[in-house]
Amino acid sequence: MLVSELKSMDEIKEILKQEQKIFFLACLGCSDACKSSSKEELDNLEEALKSDGKTITGRVDVDFLCNKVLVKIKFLRNKDKWEGADSILVFSCGVGVQAVSKIIRKTVYPAANTKNLGGFQGVWPGEERCAQCGNCVLDLTAGICPYTSCAKSMLNGPCGGSNEGECEVEKGRDCGWYLIYERLKAINKLADFKKIRPLRDHSRMLPKKETRGLDFYAIDR
Amino acid sequence: MSFKEKLKSGKFIITSEVGPPKGTDIHVLLEDAELLRGRVDAINVTDLQSSVMRVGSLVVCHLLKQKGHEPIFQVTCRDRNRLALQSDLLSAYVLGIENVLALTGDHPVLGDHPQAKPVFDLDSVSLIQAIRKLEAGYDLADKELQGKPKFCVGAVVNPGAEPLEPQLIKFEQKIRAGAEFIQTQAVYETDKFVNFIEQVKQFKVPIFAGIVLLKSAGMARFMNKNVAGVYVPDNLIKEMEQTKDKSAQSIEIAARLIKELKPLCQGIHIMPIGWDKKVPLVLDAAGL
Repeated sequence: MLVSELKSMDEIKEILKQEQKIFFLACLGCSDACKSSSKEELDNLEEALKSDGKTITGRVDVDFLCNKVLVKIKFLRNKDKWEGADSILVFSCGVGVQAVSKIIRKTVYPAANTKNLGGFQGVWPGEERCAQCGNCVLDLTAGICPYTSCAKSMLNGPCGGSNEGECEVEKGRDCGWYLIYERLKAINKLADFKKIRPLRDHSRMLPKKETRGLDFYAIDR
Repeated sequence: MSFKEKLKSGKFIITSEVGPPKGTDIHVLLEDAELLRGRVDAINVTDLQSSVMRVGSLVVCHLLKQKGHEPIFQVTCRDRNRLALQSDLLSAYVLGIENVLALTGDHPVLGDHPQAKPVFDLDSVSLIQAIRKLEAGYDLADKELQGKPKFCVGAVVNPGAEPLEPQLIKFEQKIRAGAEFIQTQAVYETDKFVNFIEQVKQFKVPIFAGIVLLKSAGMARFMNKNVAGVYVPDNLIKEMEQTKDKSAQSIEIAARLIKELKPLCQGIHIMPIGWDKKVPLVLDAAGL
């Protein structure tokens, strides 16, 4: 299970500052269990965003956003509901956000910070990995995680070793920042590339006492 | 005149570099630095270049400073987290080192300890920000300093990178973060460099074109295959192949490149990669 925590209202408002029409996509897997995608939270947020003059064009729930088949059935088939939105706010762990950003050409924003791995991982971790860092920046990086896709986990990339889209570390390995650059260009968000991203808080990766006390965390208790 | 003052004066700047050895014998390095006395405006000291374990940049900068040279302390983010980086910067200032070149650094897997943990807690951009913050009297945790440093901060760029745009955006971030001068990766193609300068001249930051001495045709081919954004054109490879005197030919090519690049930028940075003793000869041949 991936433990996620809804970002603060201020943080979400900041992320959505430039957006007008927003679609909510919620995962009912781990994030539902962590209450970062519960109906109550979504209702609260919808209310707050509406009072800021935003339009919420609709909502779809998917049982597991890390499951490609479910995403295709439940999300892609409801295209009429999200087609008109400027962006998709995803209530899930970092795997879910990256899964969605990979299949649609729209801006995808994370509503939560993914904190730590608490038992089992989602079923789509292969290509779109989440480091459970608690500092989700997928809103600035076109839904591609710089921590896991860059060999140096750089927040301001690419480094000088990036060569024609390839990483210096290994032939055939994609440069994560090149992928981010290409995708930001494709969705007209290159301005996000220019932002200098704030430092990562590594202490957020440490599991909290209450998490460590849960049965799914300490399986041998 | 300090390096910073020279930068401000608009003088054409010449820098070169020395690479600390693997082991404790540094007399060759000090000899090489001696040959640069009076010929260059500052000497970069590389920081575990190519991710190979060696004597550290800070200590060598200190020794150069003691001997009256003007060192540029190269700092990479590969091996130190934000505590160690900030601490080394304060230490450098305490030792009278005033110039810093901020780099991300090569990944450890490219070096001689590929098993090492890569740090990269900061990157080149956030390192520059950290330096500026220390200068303002605070560390990255917003704690006040007792006495603050003052540096002349440089950064690097690769004018031959493909694609160039993401690197140009990164370049802009470095300038915004506070870089005062830029040293470039090796340049062998003047036309590509002209295009690069065209795109960055709006930032009005002094740029020193990078010159790497070609030691052989084989080295040129190796760089073309393995070094990001560096391309040695065929005609130069042919010259190195056909010459009877590789050293003289290398010096001639470097001097020719310097003469071509000089009108386009504000300085040059010579990276001799082992051929340190030839740097004065290159400068002679280039009329500098």
